[in-house]
Amino acid sequence: MLFYILRRFLYTLPIAIGVSLVCFALVHLAPGDPISAILPENASPQLIEEVKTAYGFDKPLPIQYLYWLGNVVSGDLGTSIMTRRAVLSEVIPAVGNTLILAACAVLIGFVVGIGLGTIAGYNSGSILDKAVTAFAITGVSVPHYWLGMVLIVLFSVNLGWLPATGMGSLGSGELPFTLDGLKHIILPAMTLAVIPAGIIARSVRATVSEVRKQDFVQTLYAKGLTSRYVFVHVAKNAAPTVLAIMGLQLAQLLGGSILVETVFAWPGTGFLLNAAIFTRDLPILQGTILVLSIFFVVTNLAVDVLQMMLDPRVKRV
Amino acid sequence: MTNDQLHGASSGDAATSAPLVDVRDLSVRFVSRDMDVSVVNGVSFELREGEVLCLLGESGSGKSVTMRSLMRLLPHTAQLGGSVSIGGLDILGMPARQLSTIRGSLVSMIFQEPMTALDPVFTIGQQIVETVRCHEGCSRSDARRRALELLELVQIPSAARRLDAYPHELSGGLRQRAMIALALSCRPRVLLADEPTTALDATVQIQVLLLLRELQRELGMATIFVTHDLGVACEVADHVAVMYAGRFIETGAVGDVLNRPHHPYTVGLMRSTVHGGQRGTTLEPIPGAPPDLRSLSTGCAFAPRCGEARPPCLTAMPELVEAAPGQTARCIKYGAATTYAAAGTFQAAV
Repeated sequence: MLFYILRRFLYTLPIAIGVSLVCFALVHLAPGDPISAILPENASPQLIEEVKTAYGFDKPLPIQYLYWLGNVVSGDLGTSIMTRRAVLSEVIPAVGNTLILAACAVLIGFVVGIGLGTIAGYNSGSILDKAVTAFAITGVSVPHYWLGMVLIVLFSVNLGWLPATGMGSLGSGELPFTLDGLKHIILPAMTLAVIPAGIIARSVRATVSEVRKQDFVQTLYAKGLTSRYVFVHVAKNAAPTVLAIMGLQLAQLLGGSILVETVFAWPGTGFLLNAAIFTRDLPILQGTILVLSIFFVVTNLAVDVLQMMLDPRVKRV
Repeated sequence: MTNDQLHGASSGDAATSAPLVDVRDLSVRFVSRDMDVSVVNGVSFELREGEVLCLLGESGSGKSVTMRSLMRLLPHTAQLGGSVSIGGLDILGMPARQLSTIRGSLVSMIFQEPMTALDPVFTIGQQIVETVRCHEGCSRSDARRRALELLELVQIPSAARRLDAYPHELSGGLRQRAMIALALSCRPRVLLADEPTTALDATVQIQVLLLLRELQRELGMATIFVTHDLGVACEVADHVAVMYAGRFIETGAVGDVLNRPHHPYTVGLMRSTVHGGQRGTTLEPIPGAPPDLRSLSTGCAFAPRCGEARPPCLTAMPELVEAAPGQTARCIKYGAATTYAAAGTFQAAV
């Protein structure tokens, strides 16, 4: 098992390198010159040369990449063009804020998705099943920024129950949650949770009803287990498939949502990315994308290892 | 309906005690919005401690469903009629909770395909331990000890190591042995075996079959075997019941039925099967296909395929009558009524 984990970990290295290459290339692929963004239009050629040397843009690309990679590995993601602060010091709080939001959204999305999916899987073909499927399809199809705006109109503007934007006391990094923080997070977390809830409900439903059709479930009943114990077996059989989907959703949520965070003015990675795009702040863009991609890779690694622990057959592949 | 009873003269001493399994006029219908099929129509038999009954028949003849009715292991669309009593307990009228206490302990079952019948994500040991603890409420270590004994009982080599193996890590034969160990884990008095050797290689088949027979004799379980394989039947059974379209059409001691079949279907079945000393002779298949259970006619279900059918065969379903001592057949040839003998063949009538 240790061997498997190690091997799986080694597989992630080329992926990580690929990710870093893409991030690095972003700067050079993006239309427009990063230098021109920070210099006045009428800058002299000499000044341009100076700035190029300062940022290392005068060296050949592979060398630039290695320099950049060296810096990244030692924790230096560069300096924001706009704020002149270290990219890392901008990204870390944003990642923290996104994590808080993602954790709440994951909690809601997974609980609702797994709950509804299981109910539907156990009652496949019934009205209940159709209702869950309808909910899931709606959840996946509704544009979530639109849903966010509707929720704001409903709960903040019309009813006045919940604040429309910001993090409230959560913004100061205050934990545990205060009532104020809770009030601020409800709407964005709910909005973010709708898509994963829908996707997970559908996959749980499909997996559970498929597992329940397998022969071994009959054996379980034949040996005298009650439905409660049979459920444990069904759950463990369904878990690997569902986990893979959940891992993807988790990674997606950790990445933050540009649209939802912008609608709710939530200062997370999505919000940061949005600002960086509009101001052409490439180092921030690069750094944020890199950090998020690493999250994605690590989450997938964790899911694979978990899957292997739950399903002994995975080892053989 | 005494002639419907299966019990022959072979086990004289057991005959005095009450039967362990008593099935009376069992019927099973599958009812849903778009269909209503009678799969089993009035099956009755008795089985005593230590007896082996073999249900023989083609696929779709209702043998599997008949057997599963003994532990009510049927989909929700199934509607059961008649009565099933095992060890004096009324199985069909039992609440679900009580049903789960007798499943696996009083009655247990071996399935056809051990690859899919065992849970792939739990070890063999876990699956046996779970069953033992569920019925006997003993500690985990006691249950594990029992699981080990069971694997040794079914002659799995290096049993201690196999206890922690997952089903996919075992060969087909070992898997089926593990399945048998699981079925025997709570000392059942009635063992149901649903084509337990069909999915195995021919060489493994006979090993598993011999093991099953040995265990059955050793533990004195009443056993019902479902198979379409006449060889299996003659290897393990005391009694045989041949099923066709959801009914018993011939019953009796295994030697009598296989050597001197009376019902034209059983006769055809024997002619279409390979057995000893037959080299050079041509096998005769039974013409036609089994009837569609959704649209059965009023007469004998086998009549459309029967070479000996005469006009009276199409008017009413014949009763199961004594065709020879201890042997019954559902054919009007053997009935008291003389209509069959009196009627001409179809060719003569036309």
